[in-house]
Amino acid sequence: MALLQLSEPGQSTAPHQHKLAVGIDLGTTNSLVASVRSGKAETLPDNEGEHLLPSVVRYTTDGIVVGKAAKAMAATDPLNTIISAKRLIGRGLSDIKSLGSRLPYEFQDAQAAVPRIITVRGPVSSVEVSSEILKTLVKRAADSLGGDLEGIVITVPAYFDDAQRQATKDAATIAGLKVLRLLNEPTAAAVAYGLDSGSDGIHAIYDLGGGTFDISILRLNRGVFEVLATGGDSALGGDDLDHVVAEWIMQQAGIEQDADHAMLRQLMQIACKAKESLTEQDHVVIEVSLADGAVWTGDLSREQFNILVDPLIRKTLAPCRRALRDAGLSAEEIEDVVMVGGSTRVPRVRELVGEFFRTEPLVSIDPDRVVAIGAAIQADILVGNKPDSDMLLLDVNPLSLGLETMGGLVEKIIPRNTTIPVARAQEFTTFKDGQTAMAVHVLQGERELVSDNRSLARFELRGFPPMVAGAARIRVTFSVDADGLLSVEAEEQSSGVKASVEVKPSYGLTDGEIESMLKESFEHAQEDMEARKLREQQVEAERVIEALTAALADDGEELLDEDERSRVESALHDLQAIISSGTFAEIKAAVESLEKRCEFYVERRMNVSVRKAMSGHSVNDFE
Amino acid sequence: MLDFSKNYFELFGLPVEYVVDAEQLAAHYRELQKSVHPDRFANATEQERRLSMQGAVRINEAHETLKDPILRARYLLELNGIEIDNQIETTHDAVFLMEQLELREALEASRQQPDPYAVIADFLLEVNRRINALIGQMALQFESATPEQLAAARENLLKMQFLKKLRYDAESLEAELDDAL
Repeated sequence: MALLQLSEPGQSTAPHQHKLAVGIDLGTTNSLVASVRSGKAETLPDNEGEHLLPSVVRYTTDGIVVGKAAKAMAATDPLNTIISAKRLIGRGLSDIKSLGSRLPYEFQDAQAAVPRIITVRGPVSSVEVSSEILKTLVKRAADSLGGDLEGIVITVPAYFDDAQRQATKDAATIAGLKVLRLLNEPTAAAVAYGLDSGSDGIHAIYDLGGGTFDISILRLNRGVFEVLATGGDSALGGDDLDHVVAEWIMQQAGIEQDADHAMLRQLMQIACKAKESLTEQDHVVIEVSLADGAVWTGDLSREQFNILVDPLIRKTLAPCRRALRDAGLSAEEIEDVVMVGGSTRVPRVRELVGEFFRTEPLVSIDPDRVVAIGAAIQADILVGNKPDSDMLLLDVNPLSLGLETMGGLVEKIIPRNTTIPVARAQEFTTFKDGQTAMAVHVLQGERELVSDNRSLARFELRGFPPMVAGAARIRVTFSVDADGLLSVEAEEQSSGVKASVEVKPSYGLTDGEIESMLKESFEHAQEDMEARKLREQQVEAERVIEALTAALADDGEELLDEDERSRVESALHDLQAIISSGTFAEIKAAVESLEKRCEFYVERRMNVSVRKAMSGHSVNDFE
Repeated sequence: MLDFSKNYFELFGLPVEYVVDAEQLAAHYRELQKSVHPDRFANATEQERRLSMQGAVRINEAHETLKDPILRARYLLELNGIEIDNQIETTHDAVFLMEQLELREALEASRQQPDPYAVIADFLLEVNRRINALIGQMALQFESATPEQLAAARENLLKMQFLKKLRYDAESLEAELDDAL
């Protein structure tokens, strides 16, 4: 079917010329680079044979160090050694401050939109830190593949919002790289598995990393990967499992909650090791050196460990059920579950996930590398090395996108789990007579009230001709491209006045915020409805007041005698008195009462305007 | 170039009818996206990439509309010159509205049940059963397509929107219970 009369994909490439392309998994703890060589996708090691690059960057007066060497200095030179930059990317200073004491860095306390960490080499942003990691991986790839790269695919968590995606893309731009696509991590994993097994059907990708959890449900059919729904819990990961084990040890060993940092760090390390040992063994012996020099020894069985972590693992199942719902599927319809992320090595995770989806989880690819491998496969195709490939990835937007409307409410324009690319338009109108500008406030999140969602951007549509309230037709269009990036355009239809914005904010949602926003939106669905009803009623009351005030100014003198005028004004005052303090029902009643009390005036005005319209002359001409 | 003058059914090579073959719809969707999706034009010119984006957006929109029984009904009515303003219009079927109230009360009461999940699951089955019954009626109404039958389909669409909201609320309640765990 010739839909577009355009060159075929890859046609511009000379035959048999292999272009170099890589996939990069830019992780919180570790990053990887992979490429397709001789038809096989594999991760690329550094000179020392290491595949994983610790996502750590150290700034020194002599230069910038990335990876293992930087990580080794993290404890001794904490202020200049940036770890977990992924937690900061696409976020504002206020978001970062909420992470608080866990970050040892000094931030430049400027009004600048992009927060910068002060190092010996001057202030650096998380975007720049990420770009150093990308540069290191790209150099590794270029050395190992023997040439310059034509394009790269970078993976991001499916739950990354617009700001975080944009910031990640900026990091690549700063590193001088051509990004072919931002790819969602679970989708990348599906590609690695799907093409490997060649199995058509509906799959779930369960991705439990160090600090985040993603679930994606997708359908694979003849090379097309169609994401049906995605969900997650971005404040839950392997670190939390370590934490409950550490608490258990403290209880058993009689260590107080106010133990010092060194003790707590030791406990977390011991807990993490114990967790790893219990993957293979039935029980593990734990030794802790106590503050008084004594050594506490205990035994942790796998049964006990399972009891400790069960509540956390069960917490991941709620987003699984929700994603199934959004996809319109039941657990039985899922053919298999692909396990991604280091934390899925825990046997109990596999067991409970297997039970939930009623199938044995797939673990045949290294869960640390599967994302990079999927990204490499996608990069190879996008760069044009496989013009005959059938593979196509159809992804969704993870969070709803909307606009602020009257009264601090959000009008959803694109709901979550809509297939991208997508463009949706909605018409709005002016509220006041003679209005020539309109503010557009773009939001992301699931809640009904503006204040409960993440603000992505604001801009103004200015300079359209003045019209009576309600006559302007302002069409606002949201477009989300295949990378999941949003742009917004507003146009007044009758005059053609336009304004647009590439939504490129300097901050983003924290993972925790997204999660709690989603949770709150479910918890407060009822509350939101009430609040919304109240706001709508307030807006309605404001509209009535405004219209009546304008009318009085216009022809009150002419149409009303003194007594009538004071009746109208007292009705107006009654409504004004209650508008901000009244309940929905009270305001509604006040509006109704005002309408009744002013009915005679409204009728009189209508008659006058009808007469004017009929005559085209002055009213007196008919008398 | 994707023909934007075609309606969604024509775009997908499907007959303009309410009953849609889901398999065929999905297969045509994949074929269409394979030929226009931006990933196919990652190395193409700026103009080609723009066209590809436009085409992919159009196909996604059409797919979304055709696969959802409520959006599909609304779209078919529009093709027949019947528009609905959601803000203003609602069904006036008193019996139906009474049933809605009862269903809402039943849903609210599920919180107090010993096993609310089971109650909500049954509730969702019931709501889906009612939606499916309306879909069945609409299929016949669209088939005959007389003005009276189309008016009846329109009334059914208004009812389906009620049920859809009810389903959404039941799912939200379930999610709320999850979070309380």
